[in-house]
Amino acid sequence: MSPQSEKYQNRIELLQGTLDLLILQTLMWGAQHGYGISQVIRAQSGDVLQVDTGSLYPALHRLERQKWIKSEWRLTDNNQRAKFYQLTSAGKKRLGEERSRWNQMSDAIGAILANRPEEV
Amino acid sequence: MFSREDKDSDLHEEIQSHLNMATRDRLQAGQSAPEAHYDATREFGNIGQVEEATREMWAGASLEVLLQDLTYGFRTMMRSPGFSTVAILTLALGIAANTTMFSIVNGVLLNPLPFPNSNRIVLMFQDKANFPKGSISYPNFQDWQRENRSFESMAAYRWSDGSITGVGEPESVKAQRVTSSFFPILGVNPVMGRIFTADEDRPGSEPVVLISEGLWKRKFNADPKVIGKSLIVGGEGRTIIGVVPASFDLKIQNFRTADLYVPLAQESDNRFFQRDAFWGTNAIALLKPGVTAEQAEQDMKRVNADLAVAYPDVNSDLKARISPLKEEIVGEIRPVLWILLGAVAFVLLIGCVNIANLLLARSTSRRREMAIRVALGAGQARIVRQLLTESLLLAVLGGGIGLLLAKWGTAAALAAVPTSVPRAQGIALDWRVLLFTCLVSVAAALLFGLVPALRSSAVNVGSTLKDTSRAVFAGKSRMQSLLVAGEMAMALVLLIGAGLMIRTVGYLLGTNPGFDPRNVVHFGIALPREQAQLPVEAIRAEFRKIHSQIERIPGVQSVSLASGAYPMESDNEATFWAEGQPHAEHESDFPMTLEYDVEPEYFQVMRISLLRGRLINATDIEHSAQVGVIDEGFAKKYFPGENPIGKTVRLLDYDALPKTWIPVTVVGVVGHVSQFGLAQDFKEQLQAQLYRPYMQASDPLIKNLAGAFRVYVRSQSSVSAESFFQTIRSQLLANNAQLIVSDNQSEQEVVGRSIARQRFAVGLLGVFAGFALLLASVGIYGVLSYLVGQRTQEIGVRMALGAKRTHVLRMVMSDGARMLLAGVAAGFIAAMGITRLLDSLLFGVRPTDPITFVFVATVLLSVALLACYIPARRAMRVDPMVALRCE
Repeated sequence: MSPQSEKYQNRIELLQGTLDLLILQTLMWGAQHGYGISQVIRAQSGDVLQVDTGSLYPALHRLERQKWIKSEWRLTDNNQRAKFYQLTSAGKKRLGEERSRWNQMSDAIGAILANRPEEV
Repeated sequence: MFSREDKDSDLHEEIQSHLNMATRDRLQAGQSAPEAHYDATREFGNIGQVEEATREMWAGASLEVLLQDLTYGFRTMMRSPGFSTVAILTLALGIAANTTMFSIVNGVLLNPLPFPNSNRIVLMFQDKANFPKGSISYPNFQDWQRENRSFESMAAYRWSDGSITGVGEPESVKAQRVTSSFFPILGVNPVMGRIFTADEDRPGSEPVVLISEGLWKRKFNADPKVIGKSLIVGGEGRTIIGVVPASFDLKIQNFRTADLYVPLAQESDNRFFQRDAFWGTNAIALLKPGVTAEQAEQDMKRVNADLAVAYPDVNSDLKARISPLKEEIVGEIRPVLWILLGAVAFVLLIGCVNIANLLLARSTSRRREMAIRVALGAGQARIVRQLLTESLLLAVLGGGIGLLLAKWGTAAALAAVPTSVPRAQGIALDWRVLLFTCLVSVAAALLFGLVPALRSSAVNVGSTLKDTSRAVFAGKSRMQSLLVAGEMAMALVLLIGAGLMIRTVGYLLGTNPGFDPRNVVHFGIALPREQAQLPVEAIRAEFRKIHSQIERIPGVQSVSLASGAYPMESDNEATFWAEGQPHAEHESDFPMTLEYDVEPEYFQVMRISLLRGRLINATDIEHSAQVGVIDEGFAKKYFPGENPIGKTVRLLDYDALPKTWIPVTVVGVVGHVSQFGLAQDFKEQLQAQLYRPYMQASDPLIKNLAGAFRVYVRSQSSVSAESFFQTIRSQLLANNAQLIVSDNQSEQEVVGRSIARQRFAVGLLGVFAGFALLLASVGIYGVLSYLVGQRTQEIGVRMALGAKRTHVLRMVMSDGARMLLAGVAAGFIAAMGITRLLDSLLFGVRPTDPITFVFVATVLLSVALLACYIPARRAMRVDPMVALRCE
């Protein structure tokens, strides 16, 4: 098990709840399969965010159950069969909410962190 | 909708496609095929875990998991039918016993009494020196009723003559006299007609009667126009005004649910209304809302202080005793039932320990299975849940069978000793009992399932899968040994409890009641109305005629008419002043004695032994000198160190106005009779007993006796008490068809009833202790067998190295003995504390009786050692070659 953890040591574990936001945001650009989603998140975060498959697939299936995304089997550009996920209109609304919540949160945290002690 | 299988394969395919794409990307990046595949798979992680976690997101997933666990659990169960059968049967027995006991506790103690204001209803007694629960005189009752500030209402009641004539055959039924407030306090409404008015509850008012629904149906064929009809009760014509519902049921001191109820104050005998006449009258009362029994007692102290001033001669020491109705009905049986419920919980606990032990043993053999499941992606929580589901499955099946057994067990338990448990008719498997059974089953499953489940789930995948030896066993065997010692201790406590109860019952049965109840029956007779109104001489002649009629019946050895006190059934007291004792200032300060009015042959019928002087004989009749025979208790207390023969005892005669003292000469001393029952007699303060000749009863008493007296008969050989009575009865009726001959009792049954509580307790405790012994023995057998199985290899090595077979035997036996002795030691200590709870039930034996302790421990050790011997012998026969080749 130890080589695996070495490989991940420079990556940040995702905050609880942010994975949903990232998945929905990724799907804004069009339908995508699970592998594709994890690749996009990794690439767009500059290799910092690693989505664990043990979190990704449960999250995809949960979002689908909540009717925020829907899925269908399609062929990829490389002619491979893959299950593609796509935002529903409810999912788009949800993304808006999640995003504004995230902004509020990061503003709040940012404000706290910006508040340094005054120099004497 | 997709089926579960479709969804599963879809998910599997989705993950495969993920892996394919990842592999392809790596190939394009220039990795070799095996390398690409290896990296992609490793990056993905544990496929099983991902699938498992994803599946839990699906709708209805938790139900699916439960179903899956259940199916799996069921399969596991079927794979080891031996274990499952033992576990389920153990649980079924344990749960059945617990449900049975709880349904008794629930029906008798927990359920509210069937009266609307039952928690405010109390019983009232006049507290006297010899009788804390003594009877109240009617004038005192009326003053209590008028002067108190604590009660909404108060009602008095007493026995009544229940001979009915005028409708169908003459017969004698149960009857009570009650005040008009009686039924309103209990909230009992008539099914037809009305109850008494306060005006009817006065001397000289229009004679009325209430009849029971049962009598209405039986005697009047449920005639809808029964109201207004007339019935002759105790020779007096009365108008039926109402019908009391069959559901009304009450059994308290001086009151039994009856067939007839007449107003208390419609009493033709004026002596009843004297302030010093205690005619077996008690009262019930309804506390005002918010008033406690203690406050009411304080209030009554004030009332009684006033009455003591007003009537110093009879009320100098007047006290009221107040006791909640429920306490009166179930107070005696309460500790017995709680003790039995506690005992039966022990039995289930022992059963659970056994199953836990079996599961622990099995968890060793299932370690690989668990390790594989963890490796395949099951989390620890998932495994604990799986194992607990298996335990629950066992418990639910056990509980279900247990419930069925309990239905039968409850009936059996009650049939065993029906009279000793009040409110027995209210015992049923209601929702509370069902809830109890469910809770007990789940608790049992947690109890025996949790420790093994936690242990099993904490497997180390790597080492377990690699490891083929069984070296890891040591830690678990310590836990199992502890559990076995624990169940031995619990079994010992139960066995000691049962042992003490058996010793108690043995002691009580061996106690001489002072008379010989075998082959004795007694029954009541009432003379027909015309004869009861004859002059006393004619009534006495009738008594003599009945005596000689019975005497001549073949099979009758001796016979005696009797009134007054009846041993172990009802008491009757007289106030007296013994020669040589100081004359008390107030009448209520004089001592009392039990009084038995009997014929000469009574002492033969009952086989009461003469100690000094002579018995009552045929010359002691109405106009001869008044004589009496006292018992040794009377002699010791009131004539200490003297010869009582020839002394005079003066008895207070309430019938004469003004009251007089009747001088009675003591002519003999006889042995003491257990008036209050085998288990109760020595606790009572009233120990003095006096016998007077039946024919010397005063004239008013003779007139009363015509309406109800009893006859004691001894048969020559042991015939059935019932058929013997029927022979006598038909003979008497052949001579006088108008006689009422009823209420026959076998004296032996009367004596048996006096220790019914102990017999009930000993029966159930015995059964429970037997279960406990069996389960504990099975437990130690199981653990030792398992240990031997685990150590076969070690034993083989030892024997190959030269250990003798007897060494092996000793080694295994000493393992068992160590658990046993630890258990017995713990059990002794626990029993010292716990048996004290039994104290109120024990007689002739101390709660820490060393004989019982040692004997019971010996029995337990013998049985348990036998259980150890079987696996030990198996160990001894291990073939070293086979054992070593095994691995």
